[in-house]
Parts: sequence; C-alpha cells; structure tokens
Amino acid sequence: MIETVFLMIFSFGALVGAVAMFFLRHPMRVALALIGTMLSLAAIYAELGLHVIAVFQVLIYVGAVMVFMIYAIMLLDVRDRSFTERFSPLLVAGLAGLLLLVGVLVDGLLRGEPLVAAAVTEDAFRVGAFAIVFMDEFWVYFALAAVLLLVAEIAASAVIDVRRRGRDAAASGKESGRG
Amino acid sequence: MDNTHLLLALSGTLFTLGLVGVVVRRNLLVMLMFLELMLNGVLLSLAVFTQLLAAEAGAVLMLLVFTVAAAEIAIAVPILLLLVRAGHTLDPGAYGGLKG
Repeated sequence: MIETVFLMIFSFGALVGAVAMFFLRHPMRVALALIGTMLSLAAIYAELGLHVIAVFQVLIYVGAVMVFMIYAIMLLDVRDRSFTERFSPLLVAGLAGLLLLVGVLVDGLLRGEPLVAAAVTEDAFRVGAFAIVFMDEFWVYFALAAVLLLVAEIAASAVIDVRRRGRDAAASGKESGRG
Repeated sequence: MDNTHLLLALSGTLFTLGLVGVVVRRNLLVMLMFLELMLNGVLLSLAVFTQLLAAEAGAVLMLLVFTVAAAEIAIAVPILLLLVRAGHTLDPGAYGGLKG
C-alpha cells in the first residue's frame, strides 16, 4: 500500500516537472524542471527495486548530462526571438498531435490486459549482483559500445579540425593576396 | 489500474510530452532537453519491463542507453555551440539554410 502511494507521489512529481517544461521561458528553469523529473524517475527506479538503475540515473543523467547542459545554458545566454517567443508556429499542429497520442495511450490502457510479473529475487538488481552478471556475460557488448562511441568522438573532432584548417587556409590566402 | 499500468502510462505521457515539446518550442537548447525527456520516458518503460520479467539483460541495456545518451549530449552541445557562433541565435527557424 505504502509502495503504491510513493509511486503515485513520484509519478506526479515527474509529470509536473515535464508539464512545467512547456510553460517556463528561461532555459535554466526548464533545465531545473527536467532535473526534478529525472530525480523523481530515480526515486521510482529505487521503489521498483532497480537500485543500480537509480544510481545510474542520478550519476549519469543528473550528475553529468544536466550539468553539461547547464554549462551550455550559461555560456549561451542569448536573449533573441527564441527567448521572447516560447512557441513555434507549429503550436497548433503539436497540440493536435498531443491529443492524438494521449487518445492512443488511453485506449491502449483501457483495453490492456493485466500484466503478470515474473518471480524476482530480492537482490537481483542491487549493485553487487548486477556487477557480477555484467562482468560475466555482458562486458564484451559494453566494450563494443565504448569503441563505437570513441570512433564517433574522434570523427566529431576530425570534422571540427578540418573546418578549422579550411578557415586558416582561407585566411592565409587572403593575407598573401593582399601582399 | 495497477502499478505497472500506472508506470507505463507515465512512460507514454513523458514520451508524448517530449515529442510535442520538440515540435512546439522555439529554443534549440530547450528542444535538446525535450529530447532527453523522450529518452527518459523510453527508459522508464524499459525499467518496468526489466523488473516485470526479471531480466538482467534489460538493466545492462539501460546502462548502455545511459552511456549513449551521455555521449550524444557530449556531441550535440558542441555542435550547438558552433551553430550559435555562426548564426548568433538559438531560433531553429534561422537555420533554414541547413536544409540543403
């Protein structure tokens, strides 16, 4: 019973944060609303017994991704049209899409059959048990994903470097033309 | 409605709000944050089914998605910085020339 009450409280918190993101004007306030939603989701994961996921949610999303986003917001304090006008011309189409998707969601929930949970041991998703399973069975996939991400990072750096070299070459050509 | 349906409804709602937010908001940084909201909605449904089916592979998949999300934002924000340095605005309507 108390578990259901906590789930409802945190679900309501996540929903309030997501809805607030629509109406807040300043990107910093939107980021704080998103952080509130993410923390509520971490609490829901912990309530479900997925402790390792709750830790990842706080460490990676709130601790890394959103901090990086806040740095970007502080760096780009642009007060242009995107600041004064919150919504794009696609507002009506977006709201129509929202109503359609909510209708599909409600219909799916009303017609959905009850889901039967599998038997799960108490400590299946605690950090220790997860670490053992991860290092026994899944470390190759994680290493593969890490290599792919490294390639993506190198490619992004290379693109920026090519752009910078092209700009430098153009600038030196302009100077030699003057000489 | 039991707890599982409640969380799946929340997951769908978060995804829907994120998708609509990407469409209707005008600020590139805010649109990026709505993309993260969509990803959080998807991750919530993945967490619910991981717990429901007692599948440890689901938890590993979530770790991979977290890692990819962190890398995505690490690439997206510098691209945004370069765009704003060139165009001096966060309004996506100003970058119509990128359509090709």
